Amino acid sequence: MPITVSLSVNGRPVTKEVEGRTLLVQLLREHLGLTGTHVGCDTSQCGACVVHVDGKSVKSCTMLAAQAQGASVTTIEGLAAPDGTLHPMQAAFREHHGLQCGFCTPGMVMSAVDLLQHNPSPSETEVREWLEGNICRCTGYHNIVKAVLSCAETMKSGAKAPAAAAE
Amino acid sequence: MYAFDIHRPETLGEAARLLSGNEDAKLMAGGQTLIPTLKQRLAQPSDLIDLGQVGDLKGIREEAGGLTIGAMTTHATVQFAPLVKRVIPSLADLAGHIGDAQVRNRGTLGGSIVNNDPAADYPGAVLALGATVRTNKRQIAGDSFFTGMFETALDPGEIVTAVHFPRPDSGRYMKFRNPASRYAIVGVYVAKTGGAVRVAVTGAAACAFRWTAAEQALTRSFTADALESLTVDPSDLNSDLHASAEYRAHLVKVMAKRAVAGMM
Ligand SMILES: Cc1cc2nc3c(=O)[nH]c(=O)nc-3n(C[C@H](O)[C@H](O)[C@H](O)COP(=O)(O)OP(=O)(O)OC[C@H]3O[C@@H](n4cnc5c(N)ncnc54)[C@H](O)[C@@H]3O)c2cc1C
Ligand code: FES
Ligand code: FES
Repeated sequence: MPITVSLSVNGRPVTKEVEGRTLLVQLLREHLGLTGTHVGCDTSQCGACVVHVDGKSVKSCTMLAAQAQGASVTTIEGLAAPDGTLHPMQAAFREHHGLQCGFCTPGMVMSAVDLLQHNPSPSETEVREWLEGNICRCTGYHNIVKAVLSCAETMKSGAKAPAAAAE
Repeated sequence: MYAFDIHRPETLGEAARLLSGNEDAKLMAGGQTLIPTLKQRLAQPSDLIDLGQVGDLKGIREEAGGLTIGAMTTHATVQFAPLVKRVIPSLADLAGHIGDAQVRNRGTLGGSIVNNDPAADYPGAVLALGATVRTNKRQIAGDSFFTGMFETALDPGEIVTAVHFPRPDSGRYMKFRNPASRYAIVGVYVAKTGGAVRVAVTGAAACAFRWTAAEQALTRSFTADALESLTVDPSDLNSDLHASAEYRAHLVKVMAKRAVAGMM
């Protein structure tokens, strides 16, 4: 039986008809064309699909679209300012070369942004622990960790994150 | 995933009604075990009853000196709650080491204990702290809740509403985790209340169990050395690609000693 879900995605109200079994990531990618959110596994382990739901990072491949009814979802597309200015986390990944092929990057960035919400000045160990749910096959994590630590420094020294569209 | 109808009841009564008399209906909590299972087509429910909107299943409160935690409370909420850190810090620590941050943002206490994965962490806490499981029908002593691999004492259609954890004087959970999934290859939770000591082991066997020989030894002398002369029989332990039964038996003792040492 198809159902109707209404939610906010990157600050825009969205209403779609989906199946009970439609995953949130399918709603984002296939119904809304927001293909920045990736799917890298079918075991809920890789974190390529991480988005924020009501401000918290979740694996959008392990949540039904129906469970997002009424929620406010932010994807990687919603992180930069409307004028295109990158979020400090995106800028830090670019600056520190925190990516190679880029497949894991949207999930890494969304997860790392959530970390700084909990812990604005994480240690290197805390960054590595937090990113356990995000797998990267390319970088060896070194520059990713460097980017997150540097972003924490930037954000502490006052460079404000552009208010992410929906949070 | 096979097709199913989804229901989002707002009260416990409505959830119970949707569940009763429908053998093919299934409850969904955080979905962190259930959705991967459905994706692999290992289950084919006709109806999914999502507990996410049932408000009174969430939250943490102090009760009789211990903590009562709603079934739908996420691992992240338990990990970060100042109340848990103050009353039972070892429980906040356990919750903070389940899976990864995103699993902890969705996965719930109720889902974890009802699923009763042999490698799950919370069953260790339920046994070590002498918790009581509350359902929409009754209260079940934690000691008789876990009955076998993925099996619990729940009746069909019964819904876990909360778990009450008494406060120990001190406690510590040590886990030797699978580096890929972060599940426990072996986890040992030691809790001390007055002169009484409880030692719960998870990850090692079909389901979590109490290691009574260690409890007796630690009651006599609460030191890591008191465990030195004990041996764990590997014959009932799990053996898989992650660890042999003999290795798990070894780890039970090592993790127990580390937990005790951490409580000194
Ligand atoms: C990558 C990954 C890593 C993980 N690592 C760990 C780990 O290290 N340690 C660990 O312990 N767990 C781990 N888990 C499992 C995680 O903790 C799950 O959240 C948990 O096992 C199930 O909780 P849930 O809320 O997601 O339940 P669901 O998946 O929604 O449900 C699980 C089962 O419980 C039933 N159920 C749920 N709630 C109730 C209720 N209130 N009453 C009656 N029945 C109910 C459902 O019908 C279903 O059968 C991991 C999961 C993933 C995906
Ligand atoms: S796609 Fe791998 S965790 Fe979601
Ligand atoms: S940059 Fe290629 S997977 Fe991370």
